[in-house]
Amino acid sequence: MFPYRHGIVLLILAFTAGCSESPWNNPYSAAAATENTLYTSFAERPKHLDPVQSYAENEYAFIANIYQPPLQYHYLKRPYELIPFGAESVPRPVYLDAAGKTLPDSVPAERVAFSEYVIRVRQGVRYQPHPALALDESGKLRYHALSPAELRGIDTLADFRHTGTRELVAGDYVHQIKRLAHPRLHSPILQLMTEYIVGLKEYAAMLAGEAAALPEDKTVDLTRHELAGARIIDRYTYAVRVRGKYPQFAYWLAMPFFAPVPPEADRFYGQPGLAQKNISLDWYPLGTGPYMLTVNNPNRQMVLERNPYYRDQAETYPAEGEPADAASGLLQDAGKTLPFIDKVVFSLEKEQIPYWNKFLQGYYDASGIASDTFDQAVQFSGQGDVTLSDDMIRRGIRLQTSLATSVFYLGFNMRDPVVGNVDGGSGERRRKLRLAISIAVDQEEFISIFRNGRGVPSHGPIPPGIFGHREPDEAGINPYVYEWRNGQPQRKSIEQAKKLLAEAGYPNGRDAKTGEPLLLHLDTTSSGADSKARLDWYIRQFQKLGVQLVIRATDFNRLQDKLRRGTAQLYFLGWNADYPDPENFLFLLHGPQGRARTQGENASNYRNAEYDQLFDRMKHMANGAERQAIIDRMIAILRHDAPWVWSFFPKDYTLHHAWVHNGKPNQIANNGLKYQRLDPALRAVKRREWNPPVVWPLALVTALLVIGTLPAIAAFRRRERSTAVAAQS
Amino acid sequence: MTAYIIRRLIYGVFVLIGVNVLTFALFFFVNSPDDVARAQLGAKRVTPEAVEKWKRERGYHKPLFLNEKSTGIGRVTETVFFDKSVRLFAFQFGASDQGRNIGYDISTRMWPSLAVQVPAFVIGLAVYITFALLMAFFRATYIDFWGVVLCVLMMSISALFYIIGGQFIFGKLWNLVPISGYDSGFDAIKFLALPVLIGIISGIGGNARWYRTIFLEEINKDYVRTARAKGLSEVRVLFRHVLQNAMIPILTGVVVVIPLLFMGALITESFFGIPGLGSYTIDAISQQDFAIVRAMVFLGSVLYIIGLILTDISYTLVDPRVRFS
Amino acid sequence: MMPFRFEWLWSDVLVWLLVAGAVGLALYTRARPHLRAPWSRVARSPSGMAAATVLVPFVLIGLLDSLHYRAALPSSDGKVIYATAVRSALDRVLEPLRATREKTYSAPFATHLYAKETVQLPDGREARIYPRLRHGGAHLADPHAERGRDVALKAFRGLTFALMLWLVVVIGVCAMRARHTAADIESVWRGIWQGRSEVPWRAVFCALGMLFVVIGPVIALAPHYHVLGTDKVGQDVLYQALKSIRTGLVIGMLATLVMLPFALVLGVMAGYFKGWIDDLIQYLYTTLSSIPGVLLIAAAVLMMQVYIENNSELFPSTEIRADVRLLALCVILGVTSWTGLCRLLRGEVLKLREMEYIQAAHAFGVSHWRIMMRHLTPNVMHIVMIALVMDFSGLVLAEAVLSYVGVGVDPSMISFGTMINSARLEMAREPMVWWSLAAAFVFMLTLVLAANLFADAVRDAFDPRLIIAGGRP
Repeated sequence: MFPYRHGIVLLILAFTAGCSESPWNNPYSAAAATENTLYTSFAERPKHLDPVQSYAENEYAFIANIYQPPLQYHYLKRPYELIPFGAESVPRPVYLDAAGKTLPDSVPAERVAFSEYVIRVRQGVRYQPHPALALDESGKLRYHALSPAELRGIDTLADFRHTGTRELVAGDYVHQIKRLAHPRLHSPILQLMTEYIVGLKEYAAMLAGEAAALPEDKTVDLTRHELAGARIIDRYTYAVRVRGKYPQFAYWLAMPFFAPVPPEADRFYGQPGLAQKNISLDWYPLGTGPYMLTVNNPNRQMVLERNPYYRDQAETYPAEGEPADAASGLLQDAGKTLPFIDKVVFSLEKEQIPYWNKFLQGYYDASGIASDTFDQAVQFSGQGDVTLSDDMIRRGIRLQTSLATSVFYLGFNMRDPVVGNVDGGSGERRRKLRLAISIAVDQEEFISIFRNGRGVPSHGPIPPGIFGHREPDEAGINPYVYEWRNGQPQRKSIEQAKKLLAEAGYPNGRDAKTGEPLLLHLDTTSSGADSKARLDWYIRQFQKLGVQLVIRATDFNRLQDKLRRGTAQLYFLGWNADYPDPENFLFLLHGPQGRARTQGENASNYRNAEYDQLFDRMKHMANGAERQAIIDRMIAILRHDAPWVWSFFPKDYTLHHAWVHNGKPNQIANNGLKYQRLDPALRAVKRREWNPPVVWPLALVTALLVIGTLPAIAAFRRRERSTAVAAQS
Repeated sequence: MTAYIIRRLIYGVFVLIGVNVLTFALFFFVNSPDDVARAQLGAKRVTPEAVEKWKRERGYHKPLFLNEKSTGIGRVTETVFFDKSVRLFAFQFGASDQGRNIGYDISTRMWPSLAVQVPAFVIGLAVYITFALLMAFFRATYIDFWGVVLCVLMMSISALFYIIGGQFIFGKLWNLVPISGYDSGFDAIKFLALPVLIGIISGIGGNARWYRTIFLEEINKDYVRTARAKGLSEVRVLFRHVLQNAMIPILTGVVVVIPLLFMGALITESFFGIPGLGSYTIDAISQQDFAIVRAMVFLGSVLYIIGLILTDISYTLVDPRVRFS
Repeated sequence: MMPFRFEWLWSDVLVWLLVAGAVGLALYTRARPHLRAPWSRVARSPSGMAAATVLVPFVLIGLLDSLHYRAALPSSDGKVIYATAVRSALDRVLEPLRATREKTYSAPFATHLYAKETVQLPDGREARIYPRLRHGGAHLADPHAERGRDVALKAFRGLTFALMLWLVVVIGVCAMRARHTAADIESVWRGIWQGRSEVPWRAVFCALGMLFVVIGPVIALAPHYHVLGTDKVGQDVLYQALKSIRTGLVIGMLATLVMLPFALVLGVMAGYFKGWIDDLIQYLYTTLSSIPGVLLIAAAVLMMQVYIENNSELFPSTEIRADVRLLALCVILGVTSWTGLCRLLRGEVLKLREMEYIQAAHAFGVSHWRIMMRHLTPNVMHIVMIALVMDFSGLVLAEAVLSYVGVGVDPSMISFGTMINSARLEMAREPMVWWSLAAAFVFMLTLVLAANLFADAVRDAFDPRLIIAGGRP
């Protein structure tokens, strides 16, 4: 066949071009095979890398390793524990009254007017080499007055020849807090923080006013205005003042929103002409963390390289962790200076099949497990334990499982006249309808079909690993949906659901009065290959009750829009924790945060006076028996009212190749790269072993081509002769 | 000739104006600026203030077509339509809804697209024409018959199957090429081999069959018979006369697509992870970044019009009898 | 009271209008020899007739699937209330396939699920085993021992029945031909077999035989096994493949058809009037065709989605929503494809208007409208016919690609595109789940191949010189 001939020429070209000892299908350059480089991927190009704007997991995969907020989470310990990162120590808030007088720690929350966090910054920390900090011979910043002529020939940040660094100071942290209010930047947490950080609201308003008066190409200079709630005490110390008692603030200090950004960066990137070339802080971060972004091509590849100054900080690998960590070899590197890996290559990989195949070929060092690849990777032992399949074990792949700090739920819109709790006496009927649906939607089956068991059915909003979660034992189950049988929770039977449905006024799914079938609407996003199967499955769950479910598959925008207007009926959503505190989950049902009324995160518009009151009390408390008791009561209210169908807590499975060490999934923090260690020599060996090119098909095709052309040539000759003769005659 | 081209160019500008009005109307009916803002601001903790701020910054707060509040020329120019559409004529694509400069992205992403498309196009054309010539040569024999059957069979298979199958066999089963990815420079060849091969194979059925029809049409003409009667060999007849005279119908179909090679191959690029304009477009559609989609529509229309003009010009080159006044 | 109520979806209405139109046209053509001539040329093409034979079951399935109804719900007080779910006659016929859902994947002819599951044994222990299917092979007591024999036996029975039926058809046709030509059956049979008959019955019989050989055993096996396996949620793949046919047919036929009046009117007007009308119409179609098709389709489909969202009360069930979106897709595919037809028609009319009889009509003072209606339009209908059949396969293929991009049919609608889209991830499974993809491949290939061959025959019969280049995004 013809087309193959050209294909072969191409292939031959390809392989003479590539190096002969490297496998043919190596997607990286052959020379890099033995470098201390970790290969991983990103599925979607990040939208923001500016630490005040970024608020998505795929972006944190980069910037959490670049920026250095005051605090971080301990890599190994569970439950999650805050430890210092950019700060010298974890700050303890000082409580003040309205007059600014210090109060004792034991004072009740109502009397606390302000809490002040005094943070001492680590000394000797230096920024990554960066042109914004480059100095010229006279000690002035080199690139801060760029002329159009100098800009010519500059397409990426790497085109600036000189770089520089400087020491991190407390002022950089304060500058970043001011940046939250920058009128040109859109910090997703500005709204929330204006309620807490003293003076931030006024500051933002003042900046916005100033920006409106400026011409379009100019922007406000934050260094000229002070923010009342964040002040510099000395070169290495700063203080943040928040309103009232807000213990969760410490968690925010572990997020990139509070990482240091030097004012030079704003001035450098703010110069005219750079934004047109996509050179901005949103694309080229500037931090003090262990890595720096050296290649930024979101269309193909992002590369993190070691910040050459980071090792001066002498951060070491933790010496203690969970009890099992020592046995699994996670403590071998204790005390060694971080980071271990020189370079991390993120390749764009949108499709799942290529990703998985490349992982098996050894070209990615770690992989999650998708539903479709599950059976190949994992098997269950007789006792229901998860083990790797024989093939994986032979390859030396290791498996780690962890419960994600997220929750998925099927929410009811409580403002809806059919399923909601609108005012009037009939709330009880609708509650029973909700409970009937809660029983009918079989989460166990969902988890088994769509997640291959990678998840646990939820009995409430708080996932395991977060304070306030209770294991679903005899006392901890959701008694409205489950019953305790044979020593384990069993979903109530569909008959019980039908009974509830009849009590709700819909015997067999038909309105008792009119006989009309009950029609419900589920709003959900439909994307990905699985969506059709998933939608079918939902329809089937409701069919069990005789209820007709109409699915309105839509895009994410429109779903959000519906939730905002409060016109959805049922919807499917998830929530990923910002920080490991029950407040971050319970607030999703806090009445004053109703989506339709206040644009808050309570998309169900659920409202219960007792719950809201308990929430306000629970919010400020330290973890302890008293807090647990309040949370238990709150969850009991939720289970009774059933504003959500409690769906499941996802479980993450991660696979590592044998040459990757120290991998431990951390659901809250994303800065785990610095702890990982590689054995590139082993990787090079394995890659060669796993990827022998299969050449015989090529040979076969060539042979077939030759054999195929012989009769054709003969026929050609014959025809040539005959037509010539025919023409002559 | 020059006057003709200038006339065509002016006509092209009018077509582009039509395209712009149409796409603008379509897209702003689909997604109001509010929707765009919310999509870009993310899912967590988005406030109406943030939406308003975002719109103001990107110029989406202005009225769509007519600014009542402004005076004079500003009534027309201080509108979203003027900002977002009219500027395209100066190839100022502006920033995408995500904030990246579109012109810059297009200029970097067009190279990988060309790297796939140009070899696939050139080699493909050669393969298709050879294949078609062979079938024409062996016309009315079993080779021709089975050739046509094979062509029809191959054009009845969805392109998706070629890609899925090719990746599976060459990438996974035989370890011959990387499954997906891209690299710059000479290293790109190993990534390009498979997409190019698949691009050629998936087009072979339709194209070879089409060219065969053209050749057969030509072969049955009188001058070919005359040439043959003069005693010219069949090969000479095919190459000297038939191929040359079949160029006009081939050109009609081919030249118009040459500029469009820039636009990249939509499906191939996203399957193989090639960072070209095709996957750029697909991403823009799925992320609903309409600034990019508008820019790509405009670019596609411009290239199409260039293709039309090129076609006209190429006629005069191939066939001296064609003159434009 | 009726046990059901017809539910005429928009696409159903159009499909049946199309059928009515086709029947009307056939009757009209029958009486006019000059119109019949090209069709009898089609009837003499062996590949065309074989393709038509293969297309017939596809069309029948499509038509059956275009009869929608809503079943009445059981009621006690005599008041009739209909279910909201819309079903089709095909669903009714395939009820055994539709209703027999498994939990998740199972291979073709399997009796057990494809993946292991944790199951509680009677003695209270848990084990990881392949559970039995709820329906597939459920009649077997010991599947491992009996399955092979059972499948072979049932297949054989189906095959025998199919072959017998085939023989009946063949003999029937021969007998009819014999009556018609006053020859004896045997000589008619010999004539057909040696390929001497005018209508290539041999090709038809071969195609029919192959169809029967496939369909017979499948019908015999389908109630007992999942012949093509089940998908992720346990839905029978054969059922999905059969349901996809209508989607493909509707898109292939209606997309050209809905825009046909525009293309016809504008094309004829442009060619006939020339001057500024021609310029305007040319401008219109150049503008439309210069927009990259996929982008135009994406924008239009997203727009339709917005409309459906904002007026969701107009679309009370999933099926109606999906149908409206399908129709929107047809319209927009039509918009992107009518420009080519319009250009062809204009060219043809430009030639025709210089003909003497048109000039004569002018001289007699016949109105423009009448000239276009009576004299021009009928003479370009062959181009319309060719465009209709030639576009069909391209449109079916386009649907698959568009659904992959996410701007195709509604995700809840079964189509080849949605099947491929959800099946492509299954290739990565180990052991591989190949049957969904294979089923979509085989059904799509058969449909498109038959359509292509038929289109070739039609083109050769009507106007062999007309070149319509295929190719679509």
